[in-house]
Amino acid sequence: MKLKSTKLLLNATLLILVLSIIRLITGASDLTSIGTASAALLLSVPIVLAGVGGLFSERSGVVNIGLEGMMILGAWAGGFIGSKHGPWLGLAAAIFFGAVGALVHAVATITFGVDHVVSGVAINIIAAGLVRYLSTLLYQGGSWPGPSQSPDISSIATNGLPVLSGGTYAGWHSPDILTPLAEKHWFFISDVAAILRGLTGDLSYVTVVAIAVVPLSFFILWKTSFGLRLRSAGEAPIAAESLGVNVYLMKYAGVLISGGLAGLGGGFLAIVAANHYQENQVAGRGYIGLAALLFGNYRPGGILAGAGLFGFADALQLRDSAAIHALILLIVLVLAYLVYRDIRKGKHVSAAISAIMSAAFLWFYLAVDVLPGQLVTMTPYIATLLVMSLASQRLRMPAADGIPYRRGGLR
Amino acid sequence: MKKPSMSQVMLAFAAPLAAAVVSIVISSLAVLASKKSPIDAYKTMWEFGTQAGSLLEVLNTATPYYIAAIAIAVTFRAGLFNIGVEGQLRLGALFSAYLGAKFVLPPIFHVLAVFLIAMTVGGIWAAIAAYLKVKRGVSEVISTIMLNSLAGGLTSFLFSQYFAEITEGSNNLTTKTLPESARMPDLMPLLNKLGVEDQPGGGVYGMLLVAAALGVAFWFIVNRTRFGFELRASGANPIAARVSGVNSKRMVFYALVISGAIAGLSGLPAVLGDTHSYTMGFRSGIGFSAIAVALLGRNGAVGMAFSALLFGFLEVSSRSLELIDIAPETYVIMQGSILLSSVIAYEVVRRYKITLQSKELAKAVA
Repeated sequence: MKLKSTKLLLNATLLILVLSIIRLITGASDLTSIGTASAALLLSVPIVLAGVGGLFSERSGVVNIGLEGMMILGAWAGGFIGSKHGPWLGLAAAIFFGAVGALVHAVATITFGVDHVVSGVAINIIAAGLVRYLSTLLYQGGSWPGPSQSPDISSIATNGLPVLSGGTYAGWHSPDILTPLAEKHWFFISDVAAILRGLTGDLSYVTVVAIAVVPLSFFILWKTSFGLRLRSAGEAPIAAESLGVNVYLMKYAGVLISGGLAGLGGGFLAIVAANHYQENQVAGRGYIGLAALLFGNYRPGGILAGAGLFGFADALQLRDSAAIHALILLIVLVLAYLVYRDIRKGKHVSAAISAIMSAAFLWFYLAVDVLPGQLVTMTPYIATLLVMSLASQRLRMPAADGIPYRRGGLR
Repeated sequence: MKKPSMSQVMLAFAAPLAAAVVSIVISSLAVLASKKSPIDAYKTMWEFGTQAGSLLEVLNTATPYYIAAIAIAVTFRAGLFNIGVEGQLRLGALFSAYLGAKFVLPPIFHVLAVFLIAMTVGGIWAAIAAYLKVKRGVSEVISTIMLNSLAGGLTSFLFSQYFAEITEGSNNLTTKTLPESARMPDLMPLLNKLGVEDQPGGGVYGMLLVAAALGVAFWFIVNRTRFGFELRASGANPIAARVSGVNSKRMVFYALVISGAIAGLSGLPAVLGDTHSYTMGFRSGIGFSAIAVALLGRNGAVGMAFSALLFGFLEVSSRSLELIDIAPETYVIMQGSILLSSVIAYEVVRRYKITLQSKELAKAVA
């Protein structure tokens, strides 16, 4: 465990070092600015929640493509209840609506044995249609400003980490040490300071709760008997049943928790990341959460890392297209590393493909000065594909994940 | 073989019937939620939907659904899931409209060339997912979803920056209009001969015939050829298929690329039959509705035809709901509830059959 955290720290340092070098070369200062780090955190949270949601479901043996739909339901409920009764009730409603979507998935897959992907995709289609219908009704009823947008939601208070990042505690205004340090633009030191300041300052309380979900889910799944039973339902349901575990119940619990977390992620998008619900707000984040789950190899810490990566790409994309341009250089480096790895393993065809792609990206970097907006918005999806293509081979998914289970051995 | 008993015949109808009942109940609740009478809603939809003009439009709506559903069914039969049809058809439509207007060929050859472009582009886009699946082990479900988003960004970039032209006197961006030789003839003259009268604003896409031909080909290839058998075998049990000499990795690659090529065609009905160019208003969401059509039609050529027509009918006829102040979006609820309840109903009936069989077996043995 100790060794692992040292390695993690080393990797993080290495990543920041590479980023600071790229910042120096390209002059894209937004690559490691406070604003980028804080936006990255904000954009990571929904993906973390979706990913951890997926973790609970898939650990209990139910594949949950329906995360996207559950997030859509949560975002809509957050906008609907949040604009009427305040942000906190809005978040509660988001959790509830996500769980309702999950209940449908659970009934279809666990009780009736429908194929998990089929049911999940059906839920995504239905959720998108349902909220469109409901929004239209509300708009026609005159309580919404548009058929695809809710009224504004009041915001949730923010605070910072005391001493380092400012904030107010019981009337005491804490100093903010990191900001001046970040503004010095010293190589590496200012980069680290800016990233820390972005991650620990001006945090919404919900963000703190959401990040706390990660260690909490690790504790629940790996340190409690409930977690052991839930995971046993996803690894070997027949054996678990024979030992007295109620597999159906565990799967229901997994899927419902999953939906609640995904719904919270959707509600977060509407209430914290924006201040109203809007159609297409979720925009595939449920799927990216699933990708983060796979990237993280079905572990909470890995999900956090994956979601951070996507959040970072998304934040850069929103803030500064020059920084995305700089990021192409990072892709070139990653691909060059792949070439090196494949050559060492003797996979020459694969190495050649990577080399061609690396050269193409390098050419693209040198040939284009400013990336057009439509291409910049593609960044998170390209990042997902690239990361998946690197991470998928060492996957160890729960053994009975996605297999419909029926008590008594009949199929 | 015993002749089918009464209960078996009943069972065959049980699933669709139960699904229909459940979905009607859910849709009625949705209409009731807006404080309107469901009976009125269904009556209005039926009366409007069964007019000759509406029925032709139903055919036009169902045509791309059917082609796209076939694309999805190819992967389903191989145990895969191509969610990326939306992106493949969009890129296919954009490139075929843009490149198709660049050259002139004799009529039939020009159309075939446009088909080829659409299929190639769709196939290449799907090949990315296929490569990632076979070589890198990336789930095609995730990669095709990501490729959808990428295709959306890429088409809007290419279209607005390079492919589009501004038409005189309007803000509407379109690609250059396709020459006469690259257009699909309308089926209306043919229908006139069969006694159907011209309808205001209505023609029938020539792609309807292509869709029908694809349906027959799909049925034949999947069910009656060695390739189709290997496809289904690698989907049903990849390990058993590999043991008996099927190269299941190759089948995965073929299935996804063929699916992408067919998906490329599904963007063409409107391009070749109506707008003759790729426009800003290119209909979105065909690829997603087609997933529902394929699931509802149980991935069979006939079943998908019926479900494509049903979806088209609901979509066209629900427009009349505006006349009696009900949100036309109600059709989304109808489609969704039909999809989910039928998926569940089929599974329930399948399980009930198994229980019944094991009971009969027990009785026969005892």
